[in-house]
Amino acid sequence: MTSNYDKFESACRILEEHSFDKSKLIPILQSVQEEYRYLPEEVMSFISSSLDMSPAIVYGVATFYAHFALKPKGKNIIKICDGTACHVKKSTVIIDAIKKKLGLKENENTTKDMLFTIETVACLGACGLAPVVVINDNVYGQMTTEKIAALIDEMTGAR
Amino acid sequence: MTIDLEKITQEFLSSRKNITKRVIVCAGTGCVANGSLKVFESLMSAANELGIEAHIELKEENKGAFLSKSGCQGFCQNGPLVNILPAGILYTKVKIDDAKEILEKSVKNDELIERLCYHNGDEVCKGQEEIPFYQKQYRMVLKQCGIIDPENIREYISGGGYIAAKKVCTEMTDKEVCDLVLESGLRGRGGAGFLTGKKWDITRKQEGSKKYMICNGDEGDPGAFMDRSVMEGNPHSVIEGLIIAAKATGADEGYIYVRTEYGLAVERMNKAVKAATEIGVLGDNIFGSNHNFKLHVMEGAGAFVCGEETALIASIEGKRGMPSPKPPFPAQSGLWGNPTTINNVETLATVPIIINYGAQNFRKIGTENSPGTKTFALTGNVANTGLIEVPLGTTLKHIIFDIAGGVADDKGEVKEDNFKAVQIGGPSGGCLTKEHLDLPLEFESLKKVGAMVGSGGLVVMSKNNCMVNVSKFFMQFTQNESCGKCVLCREGTKQMLLMLTDITNGKANEGTLTLLEQLAKAVMAGSLCGLGKTAPNPVLSTLRYFRDEYNAHVKDKRCPAGECVNLLSYTITDKCVGCGLCATKCPVKTISGDKGKKHIIDGSKCVKCGVCMASCKFGAVARG
Amino acid sequence: MGKHLTINGKKVEFTDERNLLEVIRKENIELPTFCYHSELNIHGACRLCMVEVAGKGIMSACSTPPEPDMDIKTNTEHLIEMRKITIELLLASHDRECTMCAKSESCKLQSLARRLGIEEVRFKNISRKEPKDISTYALVRDNGKCVLCGDCIRFCDEIQSIGALGFVGRGSQSKICPAFERDLESSECVYCGQCSRVCPTGAILPKPEFREVWKALSDEKKKVIIAIAPAVRAALGEVFGITEENGTELAGKIVTALRSMGFVKVFDISFTADMTIVEEANEFLGRLEKDDDMPMFTSCCPAWVRFVEQYSPDFIKNLSTCRSPQGMYGSIARRIMPEVLGIPKEELVVVSVMPCTAKKYEARRTELAKDGVIDIDYVITTQELALMIEEAGLRFADLEASAFDMPLGFKTGGGIIFGTSGGVTEAVLRNVMNTNGDEAEEFNFVRGENGVREAKLKVGSKELKLAIVHGLKNARKVLRDIRADKKRYDFVEVMACPGGCVGGAGQPVYSDLAVRKRRSKVLYENDKIMELHKPQDNPYVQKMYKDYLEKSGSKKAHEYLHTSYKYRKRFKETLEISKSSLDKIVNVEVCVGRNCLKKGSKEILKRVADGNKFKDAVNVQALICLERCSKGPTVKINGETFEHCTPDSVEDTVKKN
Repeated sequence: MTSNYDKFESACRILEEHSFDKSKLIPILQSVQEEYRYLPEEVMSFISSSLDMSPAIVYGVATFYAHFALKPKGKNIIKICDGTACHVKKSTVIIDAIKKKLGLKENENTTKDMLFTIETVACLGACGLAPVVVINDNVYGQMTTEKIAALIDEMTGAR
Repeated sequence: MTIDLEKITQEFLSSRKNITKRVIVCAGTGCVANGSLKVFESLMSAANELGIEAHIELKEENKGAFLSKSGCQGFCQNGPLVNILPAGILYTKVKIDDAKEILEKSVKNDELIERLCYHNGDEVCKGQEEIPFYQKQYRMVLKQCGIIDPENIREYISGGGYIAAKKVCTEMTDKEVCDLVLESGLRGRGGAGFLTGKKWDITRKQEGSKKYMICNGDEGDPGAFMDRSVMEGNPHSVIEGLIIAAKATGADEGYIYVRTEYGLAVERMNKAVKAATEIGVLGDNIFGSNHNFKLHVMEGAGAFVCGEETALIASIEGKRGMPSPKPPFPAQSGLWGNPTTINNVETLATVPIIINYGAQNFRKIGTENSPGTKTFALTGNVANTGLIEVPLGTTLKHIIFDIAGGVADDKGEVKEDNFKAVQIGGPSGGCLTKEHLDLPLEFESLKKVGAMVGSGGLVVMSKNNCMVNVSKFFMQFTQNESCGKCVLCREGTKQMLLMLTDITNGKANEGTLTLLEQLAKAVMAGSLCGLGKTAPNPVLSTLRYFRDEYNAHVKDKRCPAGECVNLLSYTITDKCVGCGLCATKCPVKTISGDKGKKHIIDGSKCVKCGVCMASCKFGAVARG
Repeated sequence: MGKHLTINGKKVEFTDERNLLEVIRKENIELPTFCYHSELNIHGACRLCMVEVAGKGIMSACSTPPEPDMDIKTNTEHLIEMRKITIELLLASHDRECTMCAKSESCKLQSLARRLGIEEVRFKNISRKEPKDISTYALVRDNGKCVLCGDCIRFCDEIQSIGALGFVGRGSQSKICPAFERDLESSECVYCGQCSRVCPTGAILPKPEFREVWKALSDEKKKVIIAIAPAVRAALGEVFGITEENGTELAGKIVTALRSMGFVKVFDISFTADMTIVEEANEFLGRLEKDDDMPMFTSCCPAWVRFVEQYSPDFIKNLSTCRSPQGMYGSIARRIMPEVLGIPKEELVVVSVMPCTAKKYEARRTELAKDGVIDIDYVITTQELALMIEEAGLRFADLEASAFDMPLGFKTGGGIIFGTSGGVTEAVLRNVMNTNGDEAEEFNFVRGENGVREAKLKVGSKELKLAIVHGLKNARKVLRDIRADKKRYDFVEVMACPGGCVGGAGQPVYSDLAVRKRRSKVLYENDKIMELHKPQDNPYVQKMYKDYLEKSGSKKAHEYLHTSYKYRKRFKETLEISKSSLDKIVNVEVCVGRNCLKKGSKEILKRVADGNKFKDAVNVQALICLERCSKGPTVKINGETFEHCTPDSVEDTVKKN
């Protein structure tokens, strides 16, 4: 028997903490996403019912902000900064290298084994270290194709 | 609540009266990325090992050295940074293994480890005072960043913190505060440079018992991280600014909206608000006055457009961050329809300084119409990237050559003629060129040349950067971040991007440039919000100053900077000795030739990766 | 008083206009807009109403309040160029197969392109052909035609409080879709179709059925009969440039046109509207007497019925069980008319002309079918009728008027005013007051434009409290007030569309509110010139009862003229809480809607999700709202619904199973 009750209870707790207030939709979605690692449709429906708002509005908010994921993300999240400073220092080369290393096609951003998801973000604010890559909230600066390949190897070796 | 700032200060000072040395490890995002937290830990364990008394907490009985973390010290490229006080030593690029040596030599015996110092040419710089990067700055807003412990409200107070807030709450009327700030000439640091005092006064005059005060920490410009550094390094200065602004405008509730990518800033702001509430500088009857102020931290969710006031308000209200037409202005009808003031982080952090030192003293810094200092994030192809603060009116030359140490080319070498342009103000700004090197950086002068202070990102371009490509990059960004509400911005940025892409791919003609310019002007004049209105700036400004470069792309199908891949061609010159290395390295095997004889590249198959050029030891591959 | 500003050099007085656009339009300058509707909030997205204000630059007129001494220019070279660029940008991303678009000739984008003399689109064509959403009976959505003005979203949300549509994504990737980008049928749409009315292009249109009608007409084995709704005659003329005071002449022309197209009988829905009143008034008096399921809600608007079924199942019992006039027409036409007209049942094709898109859905409600056969084959809108007339090549304006066929062609004024908000109430009152001996024919207090109108009326010893509501947001509020005991009514009329059926989404598209007001006036004028005004006086109605239905409220009448409703679940998804691996299991579904959750359904879930308790023999799912909020927590165990549950009660029931 598998139980998802704990996740559901967390979702309820999050709603309670925000007093079922529809103006708190964004923090609610943020917290719920932390729990489920993405925003499943049925959970968004549940939130919309709980906040007494139409699911189209909840979905509209979820698709507006880049932070929300509508598909399950991989175990490891690699964020590649493509802000001005990083771009000027050739972050696209790094992006290509990571995609190649992980075997991701043009429009894919999660590996089939669900181990990695890559995201490009507009400026992480660590421009002094450009190009910057963030892996699971650890910031790595002055990235090179060699360094990122080594980091990925290290992670796949440790899984 | 009445709180005794004096008493807190005394307690704090006495808690460190037996501390003789202070070791500050920079814990700004840049240094953390370079491993500064590990350096911090190794300093702790090394102290234990060596039997040097070192503490991470301030207590009266603690003697010896005090180890603390600070916010960003600005010199990011050279992190991790370690400061030793009172000797005033600054070590750069510190590694874990250096911990013992630092403790033994510098902490115990005040000895300088030259190896760890910044070298200006051959000259060893002991501390900030000797490093040109710091020497040439005027650090006012950033002064405490990089020194104090951002998570300790008592340290902020003991440095004179919250005195300005107390003064405003207990001794001044709302009008007096607005007048004082107006007199100081402080202008919003977030973009257009509207007079802060005037902005406050508009909200102040609005009727209505409920008003809001919002701090805009949604610093989304790619290439800017000033606000992040202030929020991480000195969060209480922002809160104090907010308290003062709230008093001036009559707001009793406020929000600090921080973009979600700034995890550490969100954390620090949250802690700071909590500490300020606990100690009583936030809450009801602040400093015994009848002024109440409740503050929340709201984390953004990843949308650049939320830096726009009305979009930010929509986002706090839980909606899609789509701007709405002004009027009504937030001052009239903002958050939940109530009068609302929105100021940027740096503006608010400047406010307590003005209260403490007086409007006239503040005016002594900077220029007549742009008083005070401005922080800039210095990035791109310069020797020293990082965070700086200079008086408004400082010239570009001073910043790039004196502070940043000159422009580096794509091989990292600094040469006089490397400088090509500076992109200022991010995707809303424009570029400045050689002819602007002596231009004083301030609101009006920049506007005149088609740029803007914006939030203060300075991206330095070298001769290896293609300006068409740069403007395409920014257009890609705004196009991606356009909320999609108004036609001109949504469709206009998309079409501009398509045109720029055509230009960089050699598929455009002169007509494209004319249409691009027309469209850019229409988008600028007609878009609904600031994002759309300023989105064409990079295009218009590069068209203005680098028309030749555009022409080269459309007429000659050539990229002078050699960045637009589809316009490049590689050829092998007579210098070729026929070693065959390039042929071996070429990923598509399109180089042929007999051993010992000049090789040839078959252009039809070439993917323009440049491996041949990079691998050739004889400089025989030319790019055109 | 006496505030002035300057428009194109002319001094103009303004008073309380909300924005520059209104001032400018008052000066007969038609500034173009896509996203401005006086009923909706200011959106400011289309950037077409831009004007130059001296000293301030270029501003959107819709969002700028007029100020004294403003100097405004509306048509400078710069503005014209900007408008051109804006339209060109839209055209560049628009599916430009205009000749094949049903909106052609009434499309705002098309007309603006013509007005601005656009001869080429200088920008890259980035349009995409999108698959059309044809999932509902009522509407067709085509995102390839969408200009993202958001009017549909705002109407659905601001006026109807449904929010079936929303923006998805952002920037040039944004589009308008129901939640989770599903089709419209899976959304909360109640089919009022007002989105299609406010849509400036062909991105949302009423779903056409007239092709099938033509097909039936050309089938020699079929006999096609048709009936037109009251509101049709108030609006059809607009398409042909006829604005007539009372609509009788127009109705006559419609009859002539339909006959010439080949319809064997042309009837009037106003006849069954009279019947609806007789039946509904009878039902009302019965309920009033027994004080049973009060207040009674009207049920002639299918969008409103769907709204109640979906959002407020607790009020289903309050809906009058009477079929709508279209519903009554359907059953009479299908089941009685073959005998009356001597047409074999299998040859009969039943068509209705409605001002409404929801009627298309209503006709297919299984509750209205008998033995699985639906009564009405095709429902066409006023718009479709106009198209058919054009397609038939008829010079409509020059047609002679002719009379409706009997018996379903005779009506009283009561059946006519059905087409406007307040009309049903007034007709019911005419009936009720008559039975109570009052001669009043007009009840001006029920007429008007306000979204919620209340009236008190003495009937015998009782004082009746009435409410007339249009717009579903208003209806939602009224329901909330009734539920909270803040308001008490006896009779509530609800029409989903503002203005009632005259403003329906099947009518020729209008954006000026004056158009809708004129249509209402036409119906009231029509009523005035009618011989009879009280539905019960309709001799053909009396005869219909006598011959086939006994009397109002009889068993027969119920069989033919009444219907039933059912709860329609809004959220189809469930959250799986725990899943058993065994074969023999108990299925437990717990409502976790807002109210049940607050009343402790989480604790119930916790109890049943505890695998050990039931030896792993339960499947547990959380249901998103069964809308039985006042009786929560609600739990379904093996399909059976239990209300007011507690963890203990559920545990007991599960153990029993």
